[in-house]
Amino acid sequence: MSSKIKILVPIKRVIDAALKPRINKTHTGVESKGVKYSINPFDDIAVEEACKMRKNHKDLVEAIHAVSIGPGKAKEVLRTALAKGADTSTLVDVGEEEVEPLVVSKILKSFVEREGSNLVVLGKQAIDDDSNQVGQMLAGLLGWSQATNAAKITIGKDGIVEVEREIDGGVEVVKAPLPMVISTDLRLNEPKFVTLPKMMKAKKKPLEVVKPADLNIEISKRLETVSLEEPAPRKAGVMVNNVDELISKLKELKAL
Amino acid sequence: MFGISRRAIGHGFSRAVHRYSHTLALLETSGSKITPSSLSALTAAKQIKKPITALLLGPDAAVAAPSVAELEGIEKVLVQSDARYEHYLPEQVAPLVVSLIKGENDKIKDVSSFVVAASAMGKGVIPRAAAVLDVQPISDITKVIDPNTFVRPTYAGNAILTVKTTDKIVMTSVRGSAFPATEAKSGSAAPIEEIAPVDSDCKTTWVSEQLMKSDKPDLSSAKIVVSGGRALKDKEHFDSLLNPLATKLGAAIGASRAAVDDGYCDNSLQVGQTGKIIAPDLYIAIGISGAIQHLAGMKDSKVIVAINKDEESPIFKIADVGLVGDLFTIVPELTEKL
Repeated sequence: MSSKIKILVPIKRVIDAALKPRINKTHTGVESKGVKYSINPFDDIAVEEACKMRKNHKDLVEAIHAVSIGPGKAKEVLRTALAKGADTSTLVDVGEEEVEPLVVSKILKSFVEREGSNLVVLGKQAIDDDSNQVGQMLAGLLGWSQATNAAKITIGKDGIVEVEREIDGGVEVVKAPLPMVISTDLRLNEPKFVTLPKMMKAKKKPLEVVKPADLNIEISKRLETVSLEEPAPRKAGVMVNNVDELISKLKELKAL
Repeated sequence: MFGISRRAIGHGFSRAVHRYSHTLALLETSGSKITPSSLSALTAAKQIKKPITALLLGPDAAVAAPSVAELEGIEKVLVQSDARYEHYLPEQVAPLVVSLIKGENDKIKDVSSFVVAASAMGKGVIPRAAAVLDVQPISDITKVIDPNTFVRPTYAGNAILTVKTTDKIVMTSVRGSAFPATEAKSGSAAPIEEIAPVDSDCKTTWVSEQLMKSDKPDLSSAKIVVSGGRALKDKEHFDSLLNPLATKLGAAIGASRAAVDDGYCDNSLQVGQTGKIIAPDLYIAIGISGAIQHLAGMKDSKVIVAINKDEESPIFKIADVGLVGDLFTIVPELTEKL
Protein backbone atom coordinates (compact mmCIF):
# COMPACT_ATOMS: atom_id res chain seq x y z
CA MET A 1 0.00 0.00 0.00
CA SER A 2 1.28 3.35 -0.94
CA SER A 3 -0.08 5.30 1.98
CA LYS A 4 -0.92 4.72 5.60
CA ILE A 5 -4.38 4.01 6.90
CA LYS A 6 -6.22 6.84 8.57
CA ILE A 7 -9.42 5.64 10.15
CA LEU A 8 -12.52 7.69 10.88
CA VAL A 9 -14.96 6.19 13.38
CA PRO A 10 -18.36 7.86 13.64
CA ILE A 11 -20.22 7.09 16.87
CA LYS A 12 -23.69 7.90 18.16
CA ARG A 13 -25.07 8.41 21.65
CA VAL A 14 -28.34 6.49 21.97
CA ILE A 15 -30.76 5.35 24.67
CA ASP A 16 -29.18 2.31 26.32
CA ALA A 17 -29.97 -0.93 24.48
CA ALA A 18 -31.46 -2.56 27.57
CA LEU A 19 -34.10 0.14 28.04
CA LYS A 20 -37.54 0.37 26.57
CA PRO A 21 -38.06 3.97 25.43
CA ARG A 22 -41.09 5.95 26.61
CA ILE A 23 -42.97 8.01 24.06
CA ASN A 24 -43.60 11.64 25.04
CA LYS A 25 -47.08 13.08 25.65
CA THR A 26 -47.16 15.04 22.40
CA HIS A 27 -46.28 11.92 20.37
CA THR A 28 -43.41 13.67 18.66
CA GLY A 29 -40.49 11.78 20.15
CA VAL A 30 -39.28 9.77 23.12
CA GLU A 31 -38.63 10.95 26.68
CA SER A 32 -34.98 11.75 27.27
CA LYS A 33 -35.07 13.00 30.87
CA GLY A 34 -33.65 10.64 33.45
CA VAL A 35 -32.89 8.03 30.78
CA LYS A 36 -29.58 6.19 30.57
CA TYR A 37 -27.67 6.80 27.34
CA SER A 38 -24.75 4.78 25.95
CA ILE A 39 -22.65 4.42 22.86
CA ASN A 40 -24.64 2.73 20.07
CA PRO A 41 -23.66 -0.97 20.38
CA PHE A 42 -22.66 -1.29 16.72
CA ASP A 43 -20.44 1.79 17.03
CA ASP A 44 -18.77 0.26 20.08
CA ILE A 45 -17.88 -2.67 17.82
CA ALA A 46 -16.58 -0.20 15.20
CA VAL A 47 -14.28 1.49 17.73
CA GLU A 48 -13.05 -1.88 18.93
CA GLU A 49 -12.34 -2.98 15.37
CA ALA A 50 -10.43 0.19 14.52
CA CYS A 51 -8.26 -0.30 17.61
CA LYS A 52 -7.78 -3.97 16.75
CA MET A 53 -6.63 -2.99 13.25
CA ARG A 54 -3.96 -0.77 14.75
CA LYS A 55 -2.87 -3.48 17.16
CA ASN A 56 -2.52 -5.95 14.29
CA HIS A 57 -1.03 -3.50 11.79
CA LYS A 58 1.06 -1.08 13.83
CA ASP A 59 3.04 -0.06 10.78
CA LEU A 60 -0.06 0.59 8.70
CA VAL A 61 -2.60 2.40 10.85
CA GLU A 62 -1.52 5.97 11.36
CA ALA A 63 -4.49 7.61 13.05
CA ILE A 64 -7.94 6.94 14.49
CA HIS A 65 -10.30 9.88 14.71
CA ALA A 66 -13.71 9.53 16.38
CA VAL A 67 -16.61 11.83 15.52
CA SER A 68 -19.98 12.17 17.15
CA ILE A 69 -22.89 14.36 16.12
CA GLY A 70 -25.20 15.11 19.01
CA PRO A 71 -25.75 17.09 22.20
CA GLY A 72 -22.95 18.23 24.55
CA LYS A 73 -23.42 15.01 26.50
CA ALA A 74 -22.20 12.99 23.54
CA LYS A 75 -18.71 13.92 24.79
CA GLU A 76 -19.10 10.89 27.07
CA VAL A 77 -19.20 8.45 24.15
CA LEU A 78 -16.20 10.17 22.59
CA ARG A 79 -14.28 9.78 25.88
CA THR A 80 -15.09 6.07 25.74
CA ALA A 81 -13.71 5.89 22.20
CA LEU A 82 -10.56 7.77 23.25
CA ALA A 83 -10.12 5.44 26.23
CA LYS A 84 -10.36 2.46 23.90
CA GLY A 85 -7.62 3.79 21.68
CA ALA A 86 -8.84 6.55 19.36
CA ASP A 87 -6.21 9.30 19.10
CA THR A 88 -8.36 12.35 18.57
CA SER A 89 -12.04 13.21 18.51
CA THR A 90 -14.59 15.79 17.49
CA LEU A 91 -18.06 16.51 18.75
CA VAL A 92 -20.34 18.25 16.31
CA ASP A 93 -22.62 19.92 18.83
CA VAL A 94 -26.12 20.07 17.39
CA GLY A 95 -27.90 20.43 20.74
CA GLU A 96 -31.06 18.37 21.04
CA GLU A 97 -31.65 18.44 17.29
CA GLU A 98 -32.14 15.07 15.59
CA VAL A 99 -30.01 14.92 12.48
CA GLU A 100 -31.16 12.79 9.56
CA PRO A 101 -28.75 10.25 7.99
CA LEU A 102 -28.33 12.33 4.80
CA VAL A 103 -27.03 15.30 6.80
CA VAL A 104 -24.95 13.03 9.04
CA SER A 105 -23.26 11.59 5.99
CA LYS A 106 -22.57 15.08 4.60
CA ILE A 107 -20.98 16.07 7.93
CA LEU A 108 -18.91 12.88 7.95
CA LYS A 109 -17.78 13.54 4.39
CA SER A 110 -16.39 16.87 5.55
CA PHE A 111 -14.42 15.07 8.27
CA VAL A 112 -13.11 12.47 5.86
CA GLU A 113 -11.74 15.33 3.77
CA ARG A 114 -10.39 17.28 6.73
CA GLU A 115 -8.71 14.29 8.39
CA GLY A 116 -7.53 12.74 5.15
CA SER A 117 -9.25 9.49 6.17
CA ASN A 118 -9.12 6.54 3.79
CA LEU A 119 -11.11 4.08 5.88
CA VAL A 120 -14.39 4.72 7.68
CA VAL A 121 -15.55 2.07 10.15
CA LEU A 122 -19.02 2.57 11.59
CA GLY A 123 -21.99 0.69 13.01
CA LYS A 124 -24.45 -0.84 10.56
CA GLN A 125 -27.37 0.90 12.24
CA ALA A 126 -28.24 3.03 15.24
CA ILE A 127 -30.60 1.25 17.60
CA ASP A 128 -32.81 4.34 18.02
CA ASP A 129 -33.92 5.20 14.48
CA ASP A 130 -32.98 1.77 13.03
CA SER A 131 -32.28 3.36 9.62
CA ASN A 132 -29.17 1.45 8.50
CA GLN A 133 -28.24 4.20 6.03
CA VAL A 134 -25.29 6.39 7.03
CA GLY A 135 -22.43 4.12 5.92
CA GLN A 136 -23.93 3.50 2.49
CA MET A 137 -24.82 7.18 2.02
CA LEU A 138 -21.32 8.28 2.96
CA ALA A 139 -19.80 5.75 0.56
CA GLY A 140 -22.15 7.05 -2.14
CA LEU A 141 -21.22 10.69 -1.52
CA LEU A 142 -17.52 9.85 -1.58
CA GLY A 143 -17.77 7.38 -4.46
CA TRP A 144 -15.93 4.82 -2.32
CA SER A 145 -16.35 1.07 -2.01
CA GLN A 146 -18.71 -0.07 0.70
CA ALA A 147 -18.94 -3.26 2.72
CA THR A 148 -21.91 -3.38 5.07
CA ASN A 149 -22.70 -5.89 7.83
CA ALA A 150 -19.07 -6.88 8.26
CA ALA A 151 -18.49 -10.06 10.27
CA LYS A 152 -14.74 -10.26 9.52
CA ILE A 153 -12.26 -7.74 8.12
CA THR A 154 -8.84 -8.70 6.81
CA ILE A 155 -6.32 -6.13 5.64
CA GLY A 156 -4.03 -7.81 3.13
CA LYS A 157 -0.34 -7.12 2.52
CA ASP A 158 -1.27 -5.83 -0.90
CA GLY A 159 -3.49 -3.20 0.71
CA ILE A 160 -6.65 -4.93 -0.40
CA VAL A 161 -9.28 -5.19 2.30
CA GLU A 162 -11.34 -8.35 2.38
CA VAL A 163 -14.66 -8.26 4.19
CA GLU A 164 -16.93 -11.13 5.11
CA ARG A 165 -20.48 -9.76 5.09
CA GLU A 166 -23.61 -11.17 6.63
CA ILE A 167 -26.32 -11.49 3.98
CA ASP A 168 -29.82 -12.96 4.03
CA GLY A 169 -29.01 -16.63 3.47
CA GLY A 170 -25.48 -16.80 4.89
CA VAL A 171 -22.27 -14.85 4.27
CA GLU A 172 -20.49 -13.40 1.27
CA VAL A 173 -16.95 -12.14 0.87
CA VAL A 174 -16.07 -8.98 -1.06
CA LYS A 175 -12.76 -7.21 -1.47
CA ALA A 176 -11.70 -3.72 -2.42
CA PRO A 177 -8.70 -1.46 -2.27
CA LEU A 178 -8.84 1.54 0.08
CA PRO A 179 -10.48 3.98 0.39
CA MET A 180 -13.63 2.33 1.66
CA VAL A 181 -16.49 2.46 4.13
CA ILE A 182 -17.16 -0.60 6.30
CA SER A 183 -20.17 -1.02 8.57
CA THR A 184 -20.04 -3.46 11.45
CA ASP A 185 -22.34 -6.31 12.34
CA LEU A 186 -22.67 -7.76 15.83
CA ARG A 187 -20.41 -10.71 15.25
CA LEU A 188 -17.39 -8.73 14.11
CA ASN A 189 -15.90 -8.64 17.61
CA GLU A 190 -16.70 -8.38 21.31
CA PRO A 191 -16.00 -4.91 22.63
CA LYS A 192 -13.98 -4.87 25.83
CA PHE A 193 -14.84 -2.81 28.87
CA VAL A 194 -12.77 0.29 29.43
CA THR A 195 -10.65 0.31 32.57
CA LEU A 196 -10.59 3.30 34.90
CA PRO A 197 -6.92 4.21 34.30
CA LYS A 198 -7.57 4.28 30.55
CA MET A 199 -10.61 6.45 31.13
CA MET A 200 -8.46 8.87 33.19
CA LYS A 201 -5.80 9.00 30.48
CA ALA A 202 -8.45 9.62 27.84
CA LYS A 203 -9.30 12.90 29.55
CA LYS A 204 -5.99 14.26 28.28
CA LYS A 205 -6.64 13.28 24.69
CA PRO A 206 -7.98 15.87 22.24
CA LEU A 207 -11.75 16.37 22.16
CA GLU A 208 -12.64 19.26 19.92
CA VAL A 209 -16.14 20.74 19.81
CA VAL A 210 -17.46 22.34 16.63
CA LYS A 211 -20.81 23.70 15.50
CA PRO A 212 -22.46 22.61 12.25
CA ALA A 213 -22.05 26.19 10.99
CA ASP A 214 -18.25 25.82 11.35
CA LEU A 215 -18.48 23.03 8.78
CA ASN A 216 -20.70 25.05 6.42
CA ILE A 217 -23.35 22.37 6.58
CA GLU A 218 -26.96 23.29 7.04
CA ILE A 219 -29.01 20.99 9.22
CA SER A 220 -32.24 20.76 7.33
CA LYS A 221 -34.91 18.10 7.54
CA ARG A 222 -36.46 16.21 4.68
CA LEU A 223 -38.68 14.07 6.88
CA GLU A 224 -41.48 15.37 9.03
CA THR A 225 -42.68 13.35 12.02
CA VAL A 226 -46.45 13.01 11.77
CA SER A 227 -46.68 10.96 14.94
CA LEU A 228 -44.84 8.53 17.16
CA GLU A 229 -46.99 5.91 18.84
CA GLU A 230 -46.69 2.87 21.04
CA PRO A 231 -47.18 -0.32 19.03
CA ALA A 232 -50.67 -1.80 19.37
CA PRO A 233 -50.67 -3.99 22.48
CA ARG A 234 -51.18 -7.71 22.06
CA LYS A 235 -54.16 -9.36 23.66
CA ALA A 236 -53.28 -10.98 26.97
CA GLY A 237 -52.23 -14.58 26.52
CA VAL A 238 -53.07 -17.68 28.49
CA MET A 239 -50.85 -20.06 30.39
CA VAL A 240 -51.41 -23.76 29.86
CA ASN A 241 -50.33 -26.59 32.15
CA ASN A 242 -49.23 -29.29 29.77
CA VAL A 243 -48.59 -30.25 26.16
CA ASP A 244 -52.15 -31.52 25.57
CA GLU A 245 -53.60 -28.21 26.66
CA LEU A 246 -51.07 -26.41 24.48
CA ILE A 247 -52.10 -28.36 21.39
CA SER A 248 -55.82 -27.91 21.99
CA LYS A 249 -55.32 -24.17 22.61
CA LEU A 250 -53.41 -23.85 19.33
CA LYS A 251 -56.19 -25.66 17.51
CA GLU A 252 -58.72 -23.32 19.11
CA LEU A 253 -56.65 -20.35 17.85
CA LYS A 254 -56.52 -22.03 14.40
CA ALA A 255 -52.75 -21.87 14.56
CA LEU A 256 -52.45 -25.60 13.86
CA MET B 1 -57.31 37.26 -5.05
CA PHE B 2 -57.83 34.28 -2.83
CA GLY B 3 -59.37 32.44 -5.75
CA ILE B 4 -56.44 33.19 -8.00
CA SER B 5 -53.85 31.95 -5.55
CA ARG B 6 -55.83 28.78 -5.01
CA ARG B 7 -55.95 28.17 -8.71
CA ALA B 8 -52.25 28.84 -8.93
CA ILE B 9 -51.53 26.25 -6.26
CA GLY B 10 -53.84 23.78 -7.95
CA HIS B 11 -52.13 24.29 -11.25
CA GLY B 12 -48.67 23.84 -9.78
CA PHE B 13 -49.75 20.68 -8.03
CA SER B 14 -51.18 19.04 -11.12
CA ARG B 15 -48.03 19.86 -13.04
CA ALA B 16 -45.94 18.32 -10.31
CA VAL B 17 -48.04 15.16 -10.45
CA HIS B 18 -47.60 14.99 -14.18
CA ARG B 19 -43.89 15.55 -14.00
CA TYR B 20 -43.27 12.91 -11.32
CA SER B 21 -45.57 10.06 -11.75
CA HIS B 22 -43.94 6.65 -11.88
CA THR B 23 -42.78 4.07 -9.39
CA LEU B 24 -39.60 2.15 -10.09
CA ALA B 25 -39.42 -1.15 -8.21
CA LEU B 26 -36.11 -3.00 -8.06
CA LEU B 27 -36.96 -6.70 -7.70
CA GLU B 28 -34.46 -9.31 -6.59
CA THR B 29 -34.29 -12.56 -8.52
CA SER B 30 -33.05 -15.98 -7.58
CA GLY B 31 -32.94 -18.16 -10.68
CA SER B 32 -36.22 -17.76 -12.54
CA LYS B 33 -37.99 -16.67 -9.36
CA ILE B 34 -38.57 -13.35 -7.67
CA THR B 35 -37.67 -13.43 -3.98
CA PRO B 36 -40.64 -13.45 -1.55
CA SER B 37 -39.50 -10.15 -0.01
CA SER B 38 -39.51 -8.51 -3.45
CA LEU B 39 -43.07 -9.72 -4.05
CA SER B 40 -44.06 -8.06 -0.78
CA ALA B 41 -42.26 -4.88 -1.80
CA LEU B 42 -44.32 -4.90 -4.98
CA THR B 43 -47.51 -4.92 -2.92
CA ALA B 44 -46.28 -1.79 -1.13
CA ALA B 45 -45.43 -0.26 -4.51
CA LYS B 46 -49.00 -0.84 -5.69
CA GLN B 47 -50.29 1.04 -2.64
CA ILE B 48 -48.35 4.11 -3.81
CA LYS B 49 -50.87 4.09 -6.70
CA LYS B 50 -48.69 5.06 -9.60
CA PRO B 51 -47.76 3.03 -12.68
CA ILE B 52 -45.02 0.57 -11.74
CA THR B 53 -41.94 -0.24 -13.77
CA ALA B 54 -40.11 -3.32 -12.50
CA LEU B 55 -36.33 -3.41 -12.74
CA LEU B 56 -34.56 -6.78 -12.94
CA LEU B 57 -30.79 -7.08 -12.87
CA GLY B 58 -28.15 -9.70 -13.43
CA PRO B 59 -27.84 -12.96 -15.38
CA ASP B 60 -31.12 -14.32 -13.94
CA ALA B 61 -33.06 -11.23 -14.97
CA ALA B 62 -34.07 -12.34 -18.45
CA VAL B 63 -35.19 -15.73 -17.15
CA ALA B 64 -37.37 -14.18 -14.46
CA ALA B 65 -38.76 -11.36 -16.61
CA PRO B 66 -41.73 -13.23 -18.18
CA SER B 67 -43.16 -14.19 -14.80
CA VAL B 68 -42.69 -10.62 -13.53
CA ALA B 69 -44.47 -9.26 -16.61
CA GLU B 70 -47.54 -11.25 -15.57
CA LEU B 71 -47.68 -9.86 -12.07
CA GLU B 72 -50.51 -7.57 -11.14
CA GLY B 73 -49.81 -3.86 -11.33
CA ILE B 74 -46.69 -3.99 -13.50
CA GLU B 75 -46.76 -1.64 -16.47
CA LYS B 76 -43.33 -2.41 -17.85
CA VAL B 77 -40.37 -4.63 -17.07
CA LEU B 78 -36.84 -3.35 -17.58
CA VAL B 79 -34.10 -5.94 -17.79
CA GLN B 80 -30.35 -5.53 -17.60
CA SER B 81 -28.62 -8.89 -17.62
CA ASP B 82 -24.94 -7.92 -17.62
CA ALA B 83 -22.79 -10.11 -15.36
CA ARG B 84 -21.62 -7.02 -13.48
CA TYR B 85 -25.00 -7.01 -11.67
CA GLU B 86 -24.85 -10.68 -10.72
CA HIS B 87 -24.19 -10.18 -7.00
CA TYR B 88 -26.02 -6.86 -6.69
CA LEU B 89 -22.90 -4.97 -5.61
CA PRO B 90 -24.28 -1.58 -4.51
CA GLU B 91 -21.34 0.11 -6.25
CA GLN B 92 -22.72 -1.29 -9.53
CA VAL B 93 -26.46 -1.19 -8.87
CA ALA B 94 -26.71 2.31 -7.36
CA PRO B 95 -25.36 4.16 -10.47
CA LEU B 96 -27.92 2.35 -12.65
CA VAL B 97 -30.75 3.24 -10.26
CA VAL B 98 -29.54 6.85 -10.10
CA SER B 99 -29.41 7.10 -13.86
CA LEU B 100 -32.97 5.74 -14.26
CA ILE B 101 -34.36 8.06 -11.59
CA LYS B 102 -32.60 11.04 -13.16
CA GLY B 103 -34.42 10.26 -16.41
CA GLU B 104 -31.24 9.51 -18.33
CA ASN B 105 -32.81 6.46 -19.94
CA ASP B 106 -35.53 6.76 -22.58
CA LYS B 107 -37.32 3.65 -21.32
CA ILE B 108 -38.51 5.34 -18.15
CA LYS B 109 -39.16 8.99 -17.31
CA ASP B 110 -40.70 10.83 -14.42
CA VAL B 111 -39.78 8.48 -11.59
CA SER B 112 -41.17 9.88 -8.37
CA SER B 113 -41.01 6.76 -6.19
CA PHE B 114 -38.42 4.06 -5.82
CA VAL B 115 -39.18 0.87 -3.93
CA VAL B 116 -37.02 -2.10 -2.96
CA ALA B 117 -37.31 -4.86 -0.36
CA ALA B 118 -35.53 -4.18 2.94
CA SER B 119 -33.34 -7.24 2.27
CA ALA B 120 -29.54 -7.26 2.57
CA MET B 121 -29.49 -6.12 -1.09
CA GLY B 122 -32.07 -3.35 -0.68
CA LYS B 123 -30.40 -2.01 2.45
CA GLY B 124 -27.08 -1.87 0.64
CA VAL B 125 -28.31 -0.14 -2.49
CA ILE B 126 -30.99 2.35 -1.51
CA PRO B 127 -29.03 4.72 0.78
CA ARG B 128 -26.08 4.80 -1.63
CA ALA B 129 -28.31 5.79 -4.56
CA ALA B 130 -30.33 8.22 -2.41
CA ALA B 131 -27.25 10.10 -1.22
CA VAL B 132 -26.12 10.65 -4.79
CA LEU B 133 -29.60 11.95 -5.63
CA ASP B 134 -29.62 14.08 -2.46
CA VAL B 135 -32.67 12.27 -1.10
CA GLN B 136 -33.34 11.10 2.46
CA PRO B 137 -34.67 7.52 2.09
CA ILE B 138 -37.20 5.89 4.41
CA SER B 139 -36.13 2.47 5.70
CA ASP B 140 -38.19 -0.59 6.39
CA ILE B 141 -41.71 0.74 5.88
CA THR B 142 -44.62 -1.29 7.25
CA LYS B 143 -47.51 0.79 5.89
CA VAL B 144 -48.19 3.17 3.02
CA ILE B 145 -50.44 6.06 4.11
CA ASP B 146 -50.08 8.05 0.88
CA PRO B 147 -47.32 8.43 -1.73
CA ASN B 148 -45.33 10.66 0.64
CA THR B 149 -46.33 9.32 4.05
CA PHE B 150 -45.25 6.01 5.53
CA VAL B 151 -45.20 4.09 8.78
CA ARG B 152 -42.02 2.48 10.05
CA PRO B 153 -40.99 0.99 13.40
CA THR B 154 -38.12 2.58 15.33
CA TYR B 155 -36.43 1.77 18.68
CA ALA B 156 -36.49 -1.97 17.98
CA GLY B 157 -40.20 -1.84 17.25
CA ASN B 158 -41.03 -0.08 20.52
CA ALA B 159 -42.16 3.06 18.72
CA ILE B 160 -44.18 3.30 15.52
CA LEU B 161 -43.25 6.35 13.50
CA THR B 162 -45.46 7.95 10.87
CA VAL B 163 -43.27 10.08 8.67
CA LYS B 164 -43.91 12.37 5.72
CA THR B 165 -41.18 13.18 3.27
CA THR B 166 -40.70 16.54 1.58
CA ASP B 167 -38.27 15.11 -0.98
CA LYS B 168 -39.42 15.24 -4.60
CA ILE B 169 -38.30 11.67 -5.09
CA VAL B 170 -39.48 9.20 -2.50
CA MET B 171 -37.19 6.25 -1.82
CA THR B 172 -38.35 3.49 0.48
CA SER B 173 -37.30 0.02 1.48
CA VAL B 174 -40.14 -2.31 2.43
CA ARG B 175 -40.37 -4.72 5.34
CA GLY B 176 -41.43 -7.98 3.72
CA SER B 177 -43.34 -9.36 6.68
CA ALA B 178 -45.64 -6.32 6.72
CA PHE B 179 -47.09 -6.79 3.22
CA PRO B 180 -48.57 -9.87 1.52
CA ALA B 181 -46.87 -11.09 -1.65
CA THR B 182 -48.21 -9.84 -4.98
CA GLU B 183 -49.95 -12.65 -6.87
CA ALA B 184 -49.75 -13.40 -10.55
CA LYS B 185 -52.70 -12.07 -12.52
CA SER B 186 -54.25 -13.73 -15.51
CA GLY B 187 -54.42 -11.95 -18.84
CA SER B 188 -52.02 -9.73 -20.66
CA ALA B 189 -48.36 -9.44 -19.77
CA ALA B 190 -46.48 -6.16 -19.49
CA PRO B 191 -43.83 -5.41 -22.14
CA ILE B 192 -40.25 -6.43 -21.38
CA GLU B 193 -37.48 -4.12 -22.52
CA GLU B 194 -33.73 -4.50 -22.33
CA ILE B 195 -31.77 -1.49 -21.08
CA ALA B 196 -28.09 -0.70 -21.28
CA PRO B 197 -25.80 -1.13 -18.28
CA VAL B 198 -24.43 2.00 -16.63
CA ASP B 199 -20.70 2.39 -16.16
CA SER B 200 -19.43 2.82 -12.64
CA ASP B 201 -15.98 3.16 -11.16
CA CYS B 202 -16.62 0.16 -8.94
CA LYS B 203 -13.41 -1.20 -7.44
CA THR B 204 -15.14 -3.76 -5.26
CA THR B 205 -15.04 -7.36 -6.35
CA TRP B 206 -17.19 -10.21 -5.21
CA VAL B 207 -15.09 -13.10 -3.94
CA SER B 208 -17.36 -15.86 -2.69
CA GLU B 209 -20.44 -16.75 -0.74
CA GLN B 210 -21.47 -19.44 1.63
CA LEU B 211 -25.19 -19.95 1.75
CA MET B 212 -26.77 -22.11 4.36
CA LYS B 213 -28.24 -25.22 2.86
CA SER B 214 -31.52 -26.28 4.36
CA ASP B 215 -34.44 -28.53 3.57
CA LYS B 216 -36.62 -26.26 5.73
CA PRO B 217 -38.76 -23.38 4.42
CA ASP B 218 -37.12 -19.95 4.18
CA LEU B 219 -37.20 -18.19 7.55
CA SER B 220 -38.39 -14.84 6.16
CA SER B 221 -41.47 -16.22 4.45
CA ALA B 222 -42.34 -19.31 6.51
CA LYS B 223 -45.87 -19.63 7.93
CA ILE B 224 -44.60 -21.39 11.04
CA VAL B 225 -41.29 -20.77 12.81
CA VAL B 226 -39.77 -22.82 15.60
CA SER B 227 -37.11 -20.80 17.36
CA GLY B 228 -34.56 -21.79 19.96
CA GLY B 229 -32.52 -19.89 22.55
CA ARG B 230 -29.65 -20.39 24.94
CA ALA B 231 -31.58 -22.79 27.15
CA LEU B 232 -31.11 -25.49 24.51
CA LYS B 233 -27.57 -25.73 25.91
CA ASP B 234 -25.63 -26.75 22.79
CA LYS B 235 -25.79 -27.41 19.06
CA GLU B 236 -26.63 -31.10 19.52
CA HIS B 237 -29.71 -30.35 21.61
CA PHE B 238 -30.68 -27.46 19.32
CA ASP B 239 -30.66 -29.75 16.30
CA SER B 240 -32.06 -32.89 17.92
CA LEU B 241 -34.98 -31.08 19.58
CA LEU B 242 -35.91 -28.42 17.01
CA ASN B 243 -35.40 -30.31 13.76
CA PRO B 244 -38.05 -33.03 14.33
CA LEU B 245 -40.57 -30.46 15.60
CA ALA B 246 -39.94 -28.15 12.63
CA THR B 247 -40.19 -31.05 10.19
CA LYS B 248 -43.49 -32.15 11.68
CA LEU B 249 -44.92 -28.63 11.44
CA GLY B 250 -43.37 -27.80 8.06
CA ALA B 251 -41.73 -24.93 9.90
CA ALA B 252 -38.58 -22.88 9.44
CA ILE B 253 -36.03 -22.78 12.24
CA GLY B 254 -35.03 -19.53 13.92
CA ALA B 255 -32.83 -18.59 16.86
CA SER B 256 -32.06 -15.93 19.41
CA ARG B 257 -28.77 -14.06 19.30
CA ALA B 258 -27.52 -16.06 22.28
CA ALA B 259 -28.04 -19.32 20.41
CA VAL B 260 -26.24 -17.97 17.34
CA ASP B 261 -23.35 -16.54 19.35
CA ASP B 262 -22.89 -19.84 21.14
CA GLY B 263 -22.69 -21.60 17.80
CA TYR B 264 -25.91 -23.64 17.99
CA CYS B 265 -26.81 -22.60 14.44
CA ASP B 266 -25.96 -20.33 11.51
CA ASN B 267 -26.03 -16.51 11.82
CA SER B 268 -28.63 -16.22 9.11
CA LEU B 269 -31.20 -17.85 11.40
CA GLN B 270 -31.08 -15.03 13.94
CA VAL B 271 -34.44 -13.41 14.61
CA GLY B 272 -34.40 -9.88 16.03
CA GLN B 273 -33.65 -6.20 15.57
CA THR B 274 -30.34 -7.01 13.91
CA GLY B 275 -31.31 -10.29 12.34
CA LYS B 276 -34.43 -11.29 10.44
CA ILE B 277 -37.69 -9.53 11.15
CA ILE B 278 -40.51 -11.98 10.62
CA ALA B 279 -44.24 -12.23 11.18
CA PRO B 280 -45.32 -15.86 10.68
CA ASP B 281 -48.77 -17.21 11.55
CA LEU B 282 -47.25 -19.22 14.39
CA TYR B 283 -44.00 -18.55 16.27
CA ILE B 284 -42.86 -21.04 18.87
CA ALA B 285 -40.16 -19.64 21.15
CA ILE B 286 -38.31 -22.40 22.94
CA GLY B 287 -35.93 -21.51 25.73
CA ILE B 288 -35.86 -17.85 24.69
CA SER B 289 -36.14 -15.27 27.48
CA GLY B 290 -37.44 -12.47 25.24
CA ALA B 291 -34.97 -9.55 25.28
CA ILE B 292 -36.34 -6.46 23.47
CA GLN B 293 -33.90 -7.00 20.60
CA HIS B 294 -35.37 -10.45 20.01
CA LEU B 295 -38.99 -9.30 20.38
CA ALA B 296 -38.32 -6.65 17.70
CA GLY B 297 -37.93 -9.46 15.20
CA MET B 298 -41.04 -11.53 15.94
CA LYS B 299 -43.65 -9.65 17.93
CA ASP B 300 -45.90 -9.14 14.91
CA SER B 301 -46.36 -12.90 14.58
CA LYS B 302 -50.06 -13.86 14.60
CA VAL B 303 -49.81 -16.44 17.39
CA ILE B 304 -46.83 -16.64 19.73
CA VAL B 305 -46.13 -19.69 21.88
CA ALA B 306 -43.51 -19.58 24.62
CA ILE B 307 -41.98 -22.62 26.27
CA ASN B 308 -39.64 -21.68 29.10
CA LYS B 309 -38.84 -22.93 32.57
CA ASP B 310 -38.71 -19.44 34.06
CA GLU B 311 -42.22 -18.10 34.52
CA GLU B 312 -40.80 -14.59 34.97
CA SER B 313 -39.33 -14.51 31.45
CA PRO B 314 -40.42 -11.42 29.49
CA ILE B 315 -41.39 -13.67 26.56
CA PHE B 316 -44.53 -14.68 28.50
CA LYS B 317 -45.72 -11.05 28.44
CA ILE B 318 -46.25 -11.18 24.69
CA ALA B 319 -47.02 -14.88 24.26
CA ASP B 320 -50.57 -15.90 23.35
CA VAL B 321 -49.98 -19.30 24.85
CA GLY B 322 -47.35 -19.98 27.48
CA LEU B 323 -46.14 -23.20 28.99
CA VAL B 324 -43.76 -23.19 31.95
CA GLY B 325 -41.59 -26.26 32.18
CA ASP B 326 -38.56 -28.19 31.07
CA LEU B 327 -38.13 -27.87 27.31
CA PHE B 328 -36.12 -31.11 27.19
CA THR B 329 -39.27 -33.06 28.06
CA ILE B 330 -41.90 -30.71 26.60
CA VAL B 331 -40.48 -30.42 23.07
CA PRO B 332 -40.19 -34.20 22.40
CA GLU B 333 -43.68 -34.71 23.83
CA LEU B 334 -45.07 -31.92 21.64
CA THR B 335 -43.36 -33.36 18.55
CA GLU B 336 -44.77 -36.79 19.39
CA LYS B 337 -48.35 -35.60 19.89
CA LEU B 338 -48.65 -33.37 16.83
